Amino acid sequence: MTEPRISIRFNGEMKEVPMGTTIAKLLEQSGIRTKLVAVEVNLEIVAHEEHAAHQVQAGDTIEVVTLVGGG
Amino acid sequence: MKSLRWSAAAEKLGDAVWERGRPARIFRFQPRDSIASESEREARGPNSSRTHLVTMQDQLKIGDHTLTTRLIVGSGKYDTLEIMRDSLAASGAKVVTVAVRREKMYDRLGQNILDYIDPKEYLLLPNTAGCYNAVDAVRVAKLGREILRALENPGANWVKLEVLGDSKTLLPDPIATIEACKTLVDAGFQVLCYTSDDPIVARRLKEAGATSVMPAGSPIGSGQGILNPNNLRIILEYLKEGDPDYPVIIDAGVGTASDVSVAFELGADGVLLNSAIAHARDPIRMSIAMKHAAIAGREAYLAGRIPKRLYATASSPEEGVITTRPYTSDRTPKVDERNSARDA
Repeated sequence: MTEPRISIRFNGEMKEVPMGTTIAKLLEQSGIRTKLVAVEVNLEIVAHEEHAAHQVQAGDTIEVVTLVGGG
Repeated sequence: MKSLRWSAAAEKLGDAVWERGRPARIFRFQPRDSIASESEREARGPNSSRTHLVTMQDQLKIGDHTLTTRLIVGSGKYDTLEIMRDSLAASGAKVVTVAVRREKMYDRLGQNILDYIDPKEYLLLPNTAGCYNAVDAVRVAKLGREILRALENPGANWVKLEVLGDSKTLLPDPIATIEACKTLVDAGFQVLCYTSDDPIVARRLKEAGATSVMPAGSPIGSGQGILNPNNLRIILEYLKEGDPDYPVIIDAGVGTASDVSVAFELGADGVLLNSAIAHARDPIRMSIAMKHAAIAGREAYLAGRIPKRLYATASSPEEGVITTRPYTSDRTPKVDERNSARDA
């Protein structure tokens, strides 16, 4: 039996992930160092402490941002 | 006794030089002197307060943060992260601005700027660069705060607010900046506001709760230096009236080291710059120049410049000269003539 998959928008691109995927899992699979980013789901920030518990939902728009050089 | 004499000297200079609004400077001398107790001052001897002014730690307080250096540098536009790291170190700056951008999932080298800026060593100042409305600026500020919070960097509670009006001039949108400033202050941010050199907007931003107002010397990245020193003088006078320690930082437009010195000589509390270092032929060397320019300008401001005069004033004694002069002494301008020429 294959796990049901859901579709999300992840940093501007459509992506399919297994249902029940957490933010922590999503970052890990994308090779992102969690400590260096902030995550926003549907324009609401998901605090670092909640990454492990927060499951993404079908149709979520997720933005992951980090620091870059700037003036 | 000593501090009275210094105040009097400063007041005299203040009247003589340029503009009104000099009380801010007179005010500065007293807290500096009062750092040393009476007995310490006596122990140091008669000339000590002069030395004291130069050697005392000249701290800048911005909201909760106390800075020991007055140069704030950006981390953008460097050719490599290695040059950036070395330039930051050479500048002596302790505060570094950073921008918030979408994580690139497939960075060729997997590098992050934080691999080159130790958040334990630098106080980070996240900006809202690239925002053209208040809603976006507030959103970006909150994301920046969340990253810095996870890094346990004390810069999590402040933000450099930048809301631009158009991408050609990169001039700020004053109405959106004021709106965003109010929202961020309500959300608990200490807001450092990038703005133009308009004194009225600057005053509005302070009223909106800005922790610091940061007028531009000239457009971002233009390298034109300080185009309107008179506006900056007015901003400094307005914002520091009855509030001499309110921090005013000149942000943007610096082209070379002398621009930094000029900003400090005007009485600015800090200077924020990026392109002038990052795009110099030798960024590390330019960082060193900027560091010294900041010290030079700040010390010159604290020392109090001499008034400008039309005629020369000899440094060597006039009395006892054994040579002849090519004109009779009554052709020498009288002191009051010199003074009136100075004001012309």
